[in-house]
Amino acid sequence: MSTSTHVVGIDLGTTNSAIAAVEVAGGEKAAIEHVAIPQVVAPGEVDARPTLPSFLLLPTALEVPPEAMMLPWSGGAQPGYVVGEMARERGSELPDRLVSSAKSWLSFGGVDRTAAILPWRGAEGDDEDEGEETGARVSPLEASARYLAHLRATWDEAHPDAPLGEQEVLLTVPASFDAVARELTVTAARQAGLEKLTLLEEPQAAFYSFLARAGDSWRKQLRPGDVVVVIDVGGGTCDFSLIAVSEQDGNLSLERVAVGDHILLGGDNMDLTLAHAVTQKLAADGQKLKSSQYRGLVHACRRAKETLLGAKPPKSATITVLGGGSKIIGGTVKSKIEREEVEKLLVDGFAPVVAQDASPRVQRALGLRELGLPYATDPAVTRHLAAFLARHGRRPTAILFNGGVMKGALLRKRIAEVVASWYGGEEVRVLEGTDLDLAVAHGAAYYGLVRHGRGIRIRGGTARSYYIGVESAMPAIPGFAPPVKALCVAPFGMEEGTRVEVPGQELGLLVGEPTEFRFFASSSRKKDRPGQVVDPDEEELQELAPVLADLPAGERPEAAGQLVPVTLASHVTEIGTLELWSSASDGRGRWKLEYSLREGGGE
Amino acid sequence: MSRFILAFACFFKLLFTGKLPAAAAARLPEAKKPEAKALPEPKKEPEPEKKKPVEVKPIVKPSGDLAANHRDGALALLALLQREGRLVDFLRESLDSYQDADIGVAVRDIHRGCKKVIEEHFVLEAVMPGEEDTRVKVPAGFDPGEVRLIGKISGEPPFTGTLRHHGWRVTEVKLPTLTEGVDRRVLAPAEVEIASA
Repeated sequence: MSTSTHVVGIDLGTTNSAIAAVEVAGGEKAAIEHVAIPQVVAPGEVDARPTLPSFLLLPTALEVPPEAMMLPWSGGAQPGYVVGEMARERGSELPDRLVSSAKSWLSFGGVDRTAAILPWRGAEGDDEDEGEETGARVSPLEASARYLAHLRATWDEAHPDAPLGEQEVLLTVPASFDAVARELTVTAARQAGLEKLTLLEEPQAAFYSFLARAGDSWRKQLRPGDVVVVIDVGGGTCDFSLIAVSEQDGNLSLERVAVGDHILLGGDNMDLTLAHAVTQKLAADGQKLKSSQYRGLVHACRRAKETLLGAKPPKSATITVLGGGSKIIGGTVKSKIEREEVEKLLVDGFAPVVAQDASPRVQRALGLRELGLPYATDPAVTRHLAAFLARHGRRPTAILFNGGVMKGALLRKRIAEVVASWYGGEEVRVLEGTDLDLAVAHGAAYYGLVRHGRGIRIRGGTARSYYIGVESAMPAIPGFAPPVKALCVAPFGMEEGTRVEVPGQELGLLVGEPTEFRFFASSSRKKDRPGQVVDPDEEELQELAPVLADLPAGERPEAAGQLVPVTLASHVTEIGTLELWSSASDGRGRWKLEYSLREGGGE
Repeated sequence: MSRFILAFACFFKLLFTGKLPAAAAARLPEAKKPEAKALPEPKKEPEPEKKKPVEVKPIVKPSGDLAANHRDGALALLALLQREGRLVDFLRESLDSYQDADIGVAVRDIHRGCKKVIEEHFVLEAVMPGEEDTRVKVPAGFDPGEVRLIGKISGEPPFTGTLRHHGWRVTEVKLPTLTEGVDRRVLAPAEVEIASA
């Protein structure tokens, strides 16, 4: 049996993952349900939680006994690692063993994403000469695969008659993921045994969740000409998309017209900001925190943040951290945080009032910089948003918020006010009704139903245009690399299941030995058609990891090491990945180009 | 063995392992089975024979399935209350030298943690809904296990009286699954911070 009985939406998040599912047979009225995820929560204790924290702990047997990480369905096997709540909690005490933000690494072209580099220990951690014990490490790809494998195992345990490998799975990715990161996500999912897979962009999934919850009333909430900006700020990343509403043949239609770049900025920074402020306050009062109390402090700060940024905030909140030792009353540390302080620190810090032409501050990079994730240096969401809207030149008429950070009512209010101020103060509507934590998984499951022909579909296609670097044919000049032109191979908005041939001149492809092509993308050059030639130094073009062509000489051994005339074609698969193909002009051979994952210009 | 202890042992064994204890399965009347159905994880059929040899871990004194499972369940709940609400630390700390205000500050945190454990793992309801200290009717055929009559009682129900305590009943238990091989007697491990060189 291999027909899907369920449509399953999986939100593989940077800090939390969630699942929602719906039975196909239930028809249009079928309820989409969130699936609780059993996971190890403490040594030898497995319990269900609404989400799976996306953390992987790789401890030695001295740090966590292997039997403490066993899962009831693993048949007594000791995997030697643990994902989820216990990984996050115990991992905060063992930072060198903890893999976090694997998803951000998956989209970072500056490292080999298939090499065992996590937990990331910075440059010095790689230095074998120090004699430091290195411990287990995994690749960003493997870490993501393990989260998905855990989700699959818990699903299969609960649905023995409908294993996840046979279900239709909608896996969400940030809209800002480029072709390479999408390909890697699919590889991780396949590795985890998910066979029937389709990718969906997270802001679109959030929008589908809004459509599902609004029912038919969404047609009253949105009108032709509306442009909705989806602002998705999760634990670790910030993702924007624009969705335009238009009218076609008397019906409303939706189109995703722009996506933002990948911004590593999220809500985890907020709790740390607050914890830092409270630590300073305590020090001023002469109270000192033990390091064992720091985790308690961050938890207390998160609670205070949620209270003080909530809908009806009190004037202040108490921060209590119990003693770290067994004497808890004696060691209790107490402080108070005023609402005004939180507003100043968090609302002004993360959503300052800025002008429409603001752009994120870029800190001058030092000549030598430790290699690591390219975190955003400007924490102001409003500035990133201003730059995004300016680049795409569309005026938003409504906002849809998503992500745990946006639970802060004051933050939502501030962002809506700032956006309104950019367009003459006219109020920008805020679309309500989604669950900010779980909307992505929910919306993904709903999209699965939409694909069965129920409900409205957002048109989108590729969120970028893609280019391949072609060396110019010109006489060699000593000391100069031949100039490179960027040839558009896939236009913006290319729909799933379509392919295009790249017109224009034939290219010479080296056969019989590996060749590398530079690979570029742009999220703003929407008019470029396949075959168009662009200057790769153009600011709108971002260089991605190169594409590799290792074309076997095959049927033409005489051509080994020589240039064969080829034409290029691109194909956006039904899954949502981009494939590049080259075909010999004489019809003798056709080859797929592979993404190189080692290193790229990305950054 | 009293029915109470038997039921209690089955309860924990089922919750934590999804299986009935071998000794209990043999003695448990068939009619009791539906009770097991109401539990959150009615795993496959009980397979006590197969698991029996594995059950006695080196750390567990061979005291029989019933006692061991009963004990592990109780220890697990205590560990939960300690982990989330620091309950053991609190109860073991002498309050003599602290001011009420200091205790109050800490208790708010302990209360929140322990409350979370109770709310996440048990669904509670009043046995007799209704305002306390108001008149209520105790119907004929009531269960004396559910309603405790106080004072001079004469005649046959229904009775009328004043509700002093509405009682508590657990309608659903959602306890974690315990995997084998972990010494449950360690409610909280000792913590030693290793200074980095």
